[in-house]
Amino acid sequence: MAIEKENFSRRDFIKNSSMFAGGVVFASLINPYKFVFATKQPKGKGKWYGIGIDIEKCIGCGSCARACKIENDVPDDPFFFRNWVEQYTITNDERILVSSPNGGIDGFKQPVPDEDIYKTFFVPKMCNHCAKSPCTQVCPVGASFESPEGLALVDQSYCIGCGYCVQACPYGCRYIDPLKGVVDKCTLCYHRLEKGLDPACMMACPTGARVYGDLNDKNSAVSLFLKEHNCAVLKPQLNTESKLFYNDLSQEVH
Amino acid sequence: MDKIQSLYEALTKVDGFIYPNELALNWDMLIVMYPYITGLVAGAFILASLNRVFDIKALRPTYELSLLTALSFMLVATMPLITHLGQPFRFYEMLITPHLTSAMAIFGFVYLWYLMVVLLLEIWFDYRYDMVIWSREKKGFMKFFYKALTLWVSDTSPESRKTDEKIGYFITVVGIPSAFLLHGYVGFIFGSIKANPWWSTVMMPVIFLFSAMVSGIALVMFIYMVVSYLRKQKIDMNALDTIAKYLFYILIIDFTLESLDQIHRIYEADESFDILKILVRGKLFFTFFIMQIGVGVVIPLATLGFLQFKKPRVRIRKLIYWIISICVLVGIFYMRWNVVIGGQLFSKSFYGFTSYKVNLIGGSDVTLSLLWFIVPFFILAFLLWLLPPWKKAPPIEIPEE
Repeated sequence: MAIEKENFSRRDFIKNSSMFAGGVVFASLINPYKFVFATKQPKGKGKWYGIGIDIEKCIGCGSCARACKIENDVPDDPFFFRNWVEQYTITNDERILVSSPNGGIDGFKQPVPDEDIYKTFFVPKMCNHCAKSPCTQVCPVGASFESPEGLALVDQSYCIGCGYCVQACPYGCRYIDPLKGVVDKCTLCYHRLEKGLDPACMMACPTGARVYGDLNDKNSAVSLFLKEHNCAVLKPQLNTESKLFYNDLSQEVH
Repeated sequence: MDKIQSLYEALTKVDGFIYPNELALNWDMLIVMYPYITGLVAGAFILASLNRVFDIKALRPTYELSLLTALSFMLVATMPLITHLGQPFRFYEMLITPHLTSAMAIFGFVYLWYLMVVLLLEIWFDYRYDMVIWSREKKGFMKFFYKALTLWVSDTSPESRKTDEKIGYFITVVGIPSAFLLHGYVGFIFGSIKANPWWSTVMMPVIFLFSAMVSGIALVMFIYMVVSYLRKQKIDMNALDTIAKYLFYILIIDFTLESLDQIHRIYEADESFDILKILVRGKLFFTFFIMQIGVGVVIPLATLGFLQFKKPRVRIRKLIYWIISICVLVGIFYMRWNVVIGGQLFSKSFYGFTSYKVNLIGGSDVTLSLLWFIVPFFILAFLLWLLPPWKKAPPIEIPEE
């Protein structure tokens, strides 16, 4: 009799633990499978933001990067940026020199003498707000997400600071905030967009090299920019469907 | 803000151009320890299953030792990850709201499955009978403790032992794919990052899996020799030779896979090849060619290969095995290092490199990494005291059906 009872208890133990394990698995599956990409572009209605940058117009003043740091409380140190400018110099002997001292905030110096320069230009960089963003795909808790307007955002009260998204971003647009211990990135100044204001970098650009707007609206600034220029995105081979379009993008730019 | 200070220092050591945010290596030595420790778990378990499922009788003396080793390391396997988080106290969010498109989100579940369902259950069924016996022999608190461990099941009949044996066998069968899953999965966390060409390869899970087996087997070999030495017991040379034989075979597979990966990379020579070439020949020269390949593969392969043909005296063989197991453990550590740290040293712009300096003194990542590597040995010592494999009752004979 005693033996039987004990056998039962062992069986019960297995039964209960497998029920528990099954319950945990089931609970995690209730959320329907969205295995590959986090967001889908809304069809027809709603805003779907895109950004255009005209490399021809950029003078490398760094105003955008400066404005971004001030507006978004980005740490002052020269290795945390939501937005920065790179200087490309291709010399006559075909060397490619790239630099971005302090993200371009303090301006640039050209170390190569003029006669040795084949061509030189500035490339402002910021989050590409990809439609198939690899960063939001890998976030283990869903703190990185895409807004319905197609902006990759971070819920900092939820982020665990694992850094996986930083690894997954092919463009180096994310950093871990050293004080908060969570990830930070460009939001296209979502807090300003909500109030009907333009993003800080767009406001600060003195030459109008940056435009943004609703890609669904064919008369928006960015749609017209795409219509009038031959644009390209960075690293198209990675199929991130970047929504940051560059006019006059040189093939040396990665 | 020591970290900021060290970043300013790193800023002076940037080679070429990197994206400004790439200066900080977000995954430091703790993330090197994570696949390393998880690999040791998977490897040790697979060695145990060689005995149980594949019925390699020579490995019987190390069966329980392998399982307890796997458990000791499994208990701390998540700690490097959690202590590395920017917000360590939010780690549970990964379990309660996993984001299913993330390769990392499922780790908690894979981990719990492996720990709870495979390792703990297998060890419990393996030791249940002995724990009942021990609970009868001991007094006071230990009596209660063993009783608690048996979950108050006190059946010692031969039938119950046969049932234990059968269920244990079944769990091991489930455990093998689970161990494969556990470590293949860790490889996928890296292999699925398309932004990083040094990581992004379908070979990554397979390479991680075989390197895990190699390191786990070497670890059990090492621990078996040390434990026997401490207990002043004779080492079962047959068992040791068999372990060495499997280490040799799996090391060959592991090295073949890793070579295949590199050869493929070199021959395809895609856009990332130029920067990776400079990386491997420069910043990773010591850790890749000397430590990972030289110490971790060439020396062990040559020595173990030699031992397949010629067997020196027992004393010398023991010494060789001891040194080889350390070589392999060091080599696999550097393999993880080259993946994790190496993958962050070059810029995704392909125009330059950042640097990583190991602060041996005062660096929190190094201190914590060492801690998480040492703690499992203490856990193992405790487990060996609590559940000594050498005091187990002889296994019950199950007649062939």
